[in-house]
Amino acid sequence: MSESTNGKVSLATVWLDGCSGCHMSFLDMDERLLEIAEHVNLVYSPLVDVKEFPEMVDVTLIEGAVSSTDDLAKIQKVRAHTRLLVSLGDCAVTANVPAMRNPFGTEAVYHRAYFENAQLNQQIPNEIIPALLPESRPVHEIVHVDVFVPGCPPHRDAIHYVLTELVAGRTPQVEKYTRFGK
Amino acid sequence: MNRGQVRIVTLKIDGKDVGARENETILEVARENGFDIPTLCHMEGLSDIGACRLCLVEVKGSNKLLTACVTTVQEGMEVTTHSPRLDSYRRMTVEMLFSERNHVCAVCVSNGHCDLQNLAVDVGLTHITVPYLYPKVSIDASHERFVLDHNRCVLCTRCVRVCDEIEGAHTWDLMGRGVKTRVITDLAEAWGDSESCTSCGKCVQVCPTGALFEKGKSVAEMTKRRTFLPYLTSMRNGDE
Repeated sequence: MSESTNGKVSLATVWLDGCSGCHMSFLDMDERLLEIAEHVNLVYSPLVDVKEFPEMVDVTLIEGAVSSTDDLAKIQKVRAHTRLLVSLGDCAVTANVPAMRNPFGTEAVYHRAYFENAQLNQQIPNEIIPALLPESRPVHEIVHVDVFVPGCPPHRDAIHYVLTELVAGRTPQVEKYTRFGK
Repeated sequence: MNRGQVRIVTLKIDGKDVGARENETILEVARENGFDIPTLCHMEGLSDIGACRLCLVEVKGSNKLLTACVTTVQEGMEVTTHSPRLDSYRRMTVEMLFSERNHVCAVCVSNGHCDLQNLAVDVGLTHITVPYLYPKVSIDASHERFVLDHNRCVLCTRCVRVCDEIEGAHTWDLMGRGVKTRVITDLAEAWGDSESCTSCGKCVQVCPTGALFEKGKSVAEMTKRRTFLPYLTSMRNGDE
């Protein structure tokens, strides 16, 4: 594991098509966050105020499936600027709940959201909100993923274990700590 | 079965000498002796069909892998239950089961109580390497008390066998071939309209996943009760 400035491992977390539950579980490590913070610099995340993904990050945790044009652009950029990419949680690993739309197609989803359930100004947005991809897919079907941490969400102990192992330069064996679903 | 006339054979499982009755399957003998072979379509009390392929074992002298649940033991057999080749085939089999339907563990009634979910752990799966198919399949909620969700069906046919062999109704069967195979009630009619279904619920209890569940059960609430099955079977066989 290469290290960033001041001898710490640089860590990023990215939120694609997920419910933020994996980030909540990350925060649920509570006081153990302090222990982790001694070894890592959180350089990019929905939890910190950095707008641009850094030039190179040691470890990036990905929450969420790849569902929109924005997700697709983000994941490709993140992969290009990350040494070790971690699929965190079932949406990243299996596409999970976001993929429940796949059998129906995007037209049906748009219609449901912006016509059937909209009372005012019924129209499909064509700016600001990124377009949906034809299907929601797991991250590893789009870019190479190095470590998989299933779970909905992965338990805080699983996340703590994974981060501790990665910081120590070891490959985590997550099977004992988490699985698909709960 | 008259046990008095059954001969005893000896064989090796993973290098260990074991004794067995000649009419036992490799799976039975392996489990009696504490060897762990994963299964999905097998259920104690029902006939075995070798459908899920998870119990494949290596037998010395055979260049084919054999399903332990339907292969009877033979004198001098040398069985291997775990090897890198078997482990990789089992993992691939479970991966394909996950990719073939829409198994969304997180929102499933059987989350935490599911044989498929447990299998994923047993074979060391953390992700699925084959592409997901995301088929569009239906849900039949026409029965008064139970629901059939094809999204979660793994085609183990435990429901078909318990309905035929134990309940004697044969409401369930299979229709179609390959990836398009579906479990059906009667002649592919709505379950609620079935004239043969006795609503006994045995199919629901033996189903390994959340494909068959009781109405009113929410995420992770569906636990299956299966203790009735060995009891019914042993009564039928006239055992003690």
